[in-house]
Amino acid sequence: MARPSTTVTRLAATAAVLVALTGCAPEEPTPTATGTPAGGSTCTKESLPTRTAGKLTIGTDDPAYEPWFSGNDPTNGEGFESAVAYAIAEKLGYAKEDVVWTRVRFDNAIAPGPKEFDFDINQFSITDARKQAVDFSSPYYKVRQTVIALKSSKIAGAASLADLRDAKLGAQVGTTSYSAITELVKPSSQPQVYNTNDDAKKALQNGQIDGLVVDLPTAFYITAAEITDAKIVGQVPQVGVPEMFGLVLDKGSALTGCVSTAVDDLSRAGTLTELEKKWLAQVAGAPELT
Amino acid sequence: MTPHTPSKHQLERTAYRRRQTVRSVLVAALSTGVLGTLLVVAVTGAPGWERVRASFLDLDIARDAFPAVLTGLWLNVRLLVFCAVGALALGLLIALLRTLRGPVFFPVRALATGYTYTFRGLPLIIVLYVLTLGVPGLRLQGMPSVLVLGGAALVLTYGGYLAEVFRAGIESVHPSQLAAARSLGLTYRQTMRHVVLPQAVRRVAPPLLNDTVALQKDVGLVSLAGPIDAVRAAQIATAETFNYTPYILAGVLFVLLAIPLIAVTDWVTLRAARRQAGG
Repeated sequence: MARPSTTVTRLAATAAVLVALTGCAPEEPTPTATGTPAGGSTCTKESLPTRTAGKLTIGTDDPAYEPWFSGNDPTNGEGFESAVAYAIAEKLGYAKEDVVWTRVRFDNAIAPGPKEFDFDINQFSITDARKQAVDFSSPYYKVRQTVIALKSSKIAGAASLADLRDAKLGAQVGTTSYSAITELVKPSSQPQVYNTNDDAKKALQNGQIDGLVVDLPTAFYITAAEITDAKIVGQVPQVGVPEMFGLVLDKGSALTGCVSTAVDDLSRAGTLTELEKKWLAQVAGAPELT
Repeated sequence: MTPHTPSKHQLERTAYRRRQTVRSVLVAALSTGVLGTLLVVAVTGAPGWERVRASFLDLDIARDAFPAVLTGLWLNVRLLVFCAVGALALGLLIALLRTLRGPVFFPVRALATGYTYTFRGLPLIIVLYVLTLGVPGLRLQGMPSVLVLGGAALVLTYGGYLAEVFRAGIESVHPSQLAAARSLGLTYRQTMRHVVLPQAVRRVAPPLLNDTVALQKDVGLVSLAGPIDAVRAAQIATAETFNYTPYILAGVLFVLLAIPLIAVTDWVTLRAARRQAGG
């Protein structure tokens, strides 16, 4: 004969343990809101509270790389970011001789604490984490996706998206670069996907893929320093949610509003697009594929 | 001969057994019900349940991701079939080389032993990297595709595991079997072929199939070299939607894929046990 009492006891014990576990469920945390920086008042050279009255102090890293600057000299107005910086200065009413450049390490520029500059221009992607420590202006550049290939590749001379249809393209998983392949190029063969750009670069060197899609700043770096027998085939149209570059200002700076307004005006007037075409597509050799 | 009529005691015994069966089924059903209810209450009653359900169990997202994940799974299945056959063949060959007798075969035994030590110790990821991204760098003529190279990495690694399983099976056959076979005039090869291997393979069928189920999950690692398998397809879909449902979908599909294999394993084991028992 079975003894029901033991069965019942076991069931009760199991139930007790489970109830105890449920009781240990964590509390629900409450989300906190963060404030947004406010704009400035009038934006003229006379009223702007810059570090040195009547001068605009702009920071960038040393060395300053091509094609963002030319010859590591930010004062010559050549290279995309140097040109943008002078365009913004002009918009705010500063002549070329009123602009003073200062060299600040990339990491120091986005660290909290007082700043040596009125604003810093150095390919800073706008991120929420960085916004905790510094102010960003409106974006002056939206990062474009770019196809790179070995100089010996069959797509090295491609001039349009259609020329890439039959190529085997690769990209890092979960990136805008991958979306650029599937949404814009729509190649006939399945794209190759890699865990990291390092794996993808290796596959490109091995000739396992014809072309690799990365963002433009990465493409400049890879073709200049890492795989010297690779070249930029061209930039593809904007896709997905691109990374954006913004000017860095001190947290809570009185200039943020005015600088953002200047960037927005230049953007609306098409000046930024022109500078991008001139310094990135033509001078730096990253033509636009359509 | 009088027709069989069960005695009173026998009838009582039968009735008692029936009652016991009914009772145990009822108790099992009740305890399962209670446990299930408690688990459901514990999970769905948690403060974060709604958020978890939204990000891991979203039917619309699962529906959108389904075609891509299924396409990826087809790659897994094809790879699994080829790699399983390859690894079983390689494992059997290595096991036979390791169990060769006689001093003249020492180098062969040493090589086979070295192989199993090396490839059971090497992390699969490293073998995959070397074969899929390292070897093509040699730029040799007629370099096979990434899939073939990745498959070779899996065959090499799993061949090492399976070789040890086969060897355990071969060595578990009692020496008297070997002696009996040789005394009947069978050669070493015939003994192996007709006496030892059939028993050995039958004995280790469950662990062999177990390793095959493990291989089913590992074939997807070939995706690190570019091809898109089910998990990679899920990863891509997750990156696009910031929702983890595609992973759950891939997981469910993998389990469904494993069920037939596991069922076959259980059936083979059961049949072997019955035969051994001579029932």
